[in-house]
Amino acid sequence: MQFDQLLQYTLSGLSTGAIYALIGIGFSIIYNATGIINFAQGEFVMLGGLLTLSCLDLLKLPLWAAIPCAVAVSTVAGLLFERLAIRPLRQPTPINLVIITIGGSILIRGLAMLIWGKDTHSIPPFSGDEPIAIGGATILPQHLWILAITLVIIAINKIYFYHTISGKAMRACAYNRRAAGLVGIDVRRMVLFSFMISSALGAVAGIIVAPLTMTAYDVGVMLGLKGFCAAIIGGMSSGIATVVGGLLLGVLESLGAGLISSGYKDAIAFIILLLILFIRPQGLFGKADSERV
Amino acid sequence: MKRELLKFAAFAVFVLLLPLLFQGGYLMNVLVFVGINTMLAIALNLLLGYAGQISLGHAGFFGLGAYLSGILTVSYGWNPWQAMPVAALAVGCLAGLIGFPILKLKGHYLAMATLGLGIIIYIVFNETIDLTGGPSGLSGIPNIALGGVTFDTDVKNYYLIWGFTLAVVLFSINLANSRVGRALRAVHDSEVAARVVGVNARILKVQIFTLSAVISSLAGSLYAHTMTFVSPASFGFNFSIELLTMVVIGGLGSVYGSFLGAALLTLLPEFLRAAHDYDIIIYGGLLMLMVMFMPGGLVRGIPALFRKLFKPGGGAGHA
Amino acid sequence: MNCRVISFLFAAAALLLSADVFAAAPIKIGALFAVTGPAAFLGEPERNTAKMVVDEINRAGGIKGRKLELVSYDTAGDATKAVQLATKLIKDDKVVAIIGPSTTGETMAVIPVAEKEQVPLISCSAGSKITDPLKKWIFKTAQNDSLAVGRIYEYLQKNRQTNVAILTVSDGFGASGREQLKAQSAKFGIKIVSDDTYGPKDTDMTAQLTKIRGSQAQAIICWGTNPGPAVIAKNVRQLGIKTPLFMSHGVSSKKFIELAGEAAEGVKLPSGKVVVADLLPGSDPQKKSLLAFIKDYQNHYKTEGDHFGGHAWDAVMLIKAAVEKGADSSSAMRDNLEKIRGFAGIGGTFSYSAKDHAGLGKDAFVLVEVRNKDWVIVK
Repeated sequence: MQFDQLLQYTLSGLSTGAIYALIGIGFSIIYNATGIINFAQGEFVMLGGLLTLSCLDLLKLPLWAAIPCAVAVSTVAGLLFERLAIRPLRQPTPINLVIITIGGSILIRGLAMLIWGKDTHSIPPFSGDEPIAIGGATILPQHLWILAITLVIIAINKIYFYHTISGKAMRACAYNRRAAGLVGIDVRRMVLFSFMISSALGAVAGIIVAPLTMTAYDVGVMLGLKGFCAAIIGGMSSGIATVVGGLLLGVLESLGAGLISSGYKDAIAFIILLLILFIRPQGLFGKADSERV
Repeated sequence: MKRELLKFAAFAVFVLLLPLLFQGGYLMNVLVFVGINTMLAIALNLLLGYAGQISLGHAGFFGLGAYLSGILTVSYGWNPWQAMPVAALAVGCLAGLIGFPILKLKGHYLAMATLGLGIIIYIVFNETIDLTGGPSGLSGIPNIALGGVTFDTDVKNYYLIWGFTLAVVLFSINLANSRVGRALRAVHDSEVAARVVGVNARILKVQIFTLSAVISSLAGSLYAHTMTFVSPASFGFNFSIELLTMVVIGGLGSVYGSFLGAALLTLLPEFLRAAHDYDIIIYGGLLMLMVMFMPGGLVRGIPALFRKLFKPGGGAGHA
Repeated sequence: MNCRVISFLFAAAALLLSADVFAAAPIKIGALFAVTGPAAFLGEPERNTAKMVVDEINRAGGIKGRKLELVSYDTAGDATKAVQLATKLIKDDKVVAIIGPSTTGETMAVIPVAEKEQVPLISCSAGSKITDPLKKWIFKTAQNDSLAVGRIYEYLQKNRQTNVAILTVSDGFGASGREQLKAQSAKFGIKIVSDDTYGPKDTDMTAQLTKIRGSQAQAIICWGTNPGPAVIAKNVRQLGIKTPLFMSHGVSSKKFIELAGEAAEGVKLPSGKVVVADLLPGSDPQKKSLLAFIKDYQNHYKTEGDHFGGHAWDAVMLIKAAVEKGADSSSAMRDNLEKIRGFAGIGGTFSYSAKDHAGLGKDAFVLVEVRNKDWVIVK
């Protein structure tokens, strides 16, 4: 085993993992504010990529303008989703919410299929595609963009949740919705916010990854699933733990493919995750908390 | 209990007479799959609706049953009647073993672990090409034969599958009304409270998980012997989610609800086919509307709807 | 007054109905294509092409005065659905023949139904095992994978590149390719030094390629359909791998070049002749069919026709040929299909026989290379 191979596996894994992390944070934000596992999260990743494509091709916008435009439209889609599907629910039991987000994801995917067709599309990289050598390994400029944007988003997240009123209010909802409501926090608005933030995050993830992986109406399924796993490894935290979860998943996959067997790489990642859960049923970073009866 | 039995008898008569309406047309074939899906939905409902434990990996158990039956009959020349119980036993053992660590988990950790389990099983189907034929599938699985009758037409298969399905329905109704059923509901409501009153919640959960897996495996074997072909694509994550949807849309904790959910989600695509490319949108939209307007599932929603329609002012207000 | 209007309408309706009765009933053809789902890149052009060709035949007055009626269903790439829909086509729609399904997995699932109900099935998928061993009612139009593998291996053998690394997608298409790549390697004196797979929805294959880079491979053969191979081509470029890259016929459309961009340059692959139709010599028997298909598809759907659509074109035209010879029942259709010789279609020149239901020779594939964002034929 050569060092440069190992380095390449790790770097590849980290950049894939950063995407899982971003999507995972989207899952966590909604989960914390509402207790919902939003199975439509992956569809916002898809929307981000495809909307950017439309902004570039149809509106002829330059890339720097197309990206915020696509994020804005995705955010509106997230807002509509919450207002039209989540809020009107009369019996918002967790399991009903899961089904409604599954229905939503099927609906959004179907619409995307009609709008953009079934073909795969590509988006130009942000700044060229000349490989950059690091040690014996190579990465693309887009990988640096992915890592950098992920870091920026984590920082913004941190500032928002710990240093702004609205962020603190959202955390209060996560701890105890009833109590948050009693101290005058508009819980419904916080829920709406959480959907908007995570759809925006999903869209960003979809946009920065599209130049590397292409995009199509059905990319959201697999990416959503991986993001979900990242969030759970991280104990559904909307901070650094989920990022570690995503990176861990990415690196495990990459090492599994390179060192053991490419066919079983997803299985290897999941087996390790299962083992972690068996040893620590409360999650990788979670404290064993006492259950309310 | 007597009322339950009458209800079951009516259901059984309905099921047995239904083929007379269709006279062997294509819909018979779809109804065979309604039977298989009903079994699967009931299996998941025992776990989710009664014991309150989620599983996003049930398609894996279904697939294991199908593949074990397929491999034992195709590669080893077993009789389907031998292969089916052996497959069910093997799947039961696996579920029992894995049940202990997995059911220690709660909430979304359990969801994730079962999801992972389902995906691992799916990958094994794909990768063990020498055994399963890999992604191209395993063909040439024999039909089931009983006495001189080979179950090789839709009508024959209908009675075969529904024979098993009715047995599962009856069994589940009995289970729900037994001591075990009451203990399960106690675990569902509060595991700690159940433990306090002397229910061994941990063993009980593993038992019901195993039972659920065995029924799924049986459904898988039947699927393999009626389709005579299996491929991994039928047992992926999407199908686990579809099963979950059947259970919830039908009504949690209700055996007949599982039938309604399975029937609706199996028949719906047939009716939507006329809508061509728009079918997926209508399907997704309908799922959402169902949850919005019938949050208790079809089994509670339909009677409520009738009450609303025929007694204006009567049933409205409470939903 | 009102009465008169109604009786008039009745009379008109009766007239219309009787007119319909006088014309010969149309011949019903079933079609199963994966128009949605993961194999939509196959199913959509296939369905479009089948519709287009049937419409054209009918506009020209049908075949010997009989029109064709196409009943097409979407299988979504799901074997269970394919079986259900095949049953529906046979029992409810009472079709005399079925075109499709699009994937090998679905075809294998449908074969028992077609055999039992004795309806000829012309599959549009590539797996060799569909017609090998021979099945009485089953034909196919897509070129066998084995022919595509043979083309690549022939080239490698000629250029003395004997150590190859294979990277195949873990679905039906990739598994079938992998099987053929392994099975034929000994015959061409080729050694597989690295055997890896990737998932159909994977987004990064640098791990597998890094491993391949560390092996002694003189060529990399990747077997998959878009977008995976485009990602792989980009990853190869990123890692600075100079080993020649070969792909399968699964990506022989402009879409691959568009997706992979710069990274597609120099990639070689076996392809049906449709992508290089205008480069073919005038003596090529397929040239006329190819150009007609490309022009029609462009007119109808405003995009380029690919060889997947070509499989459906061939299937409809083969049925047309069988009907022209006087077949209007399932069994006559089957017998007449078996008698077709030297039919120059899109996938190649078909000659079915009682012993061969695939009907194509080695000339069905040409080896092409991407140069300046277009295809050129490799001599």
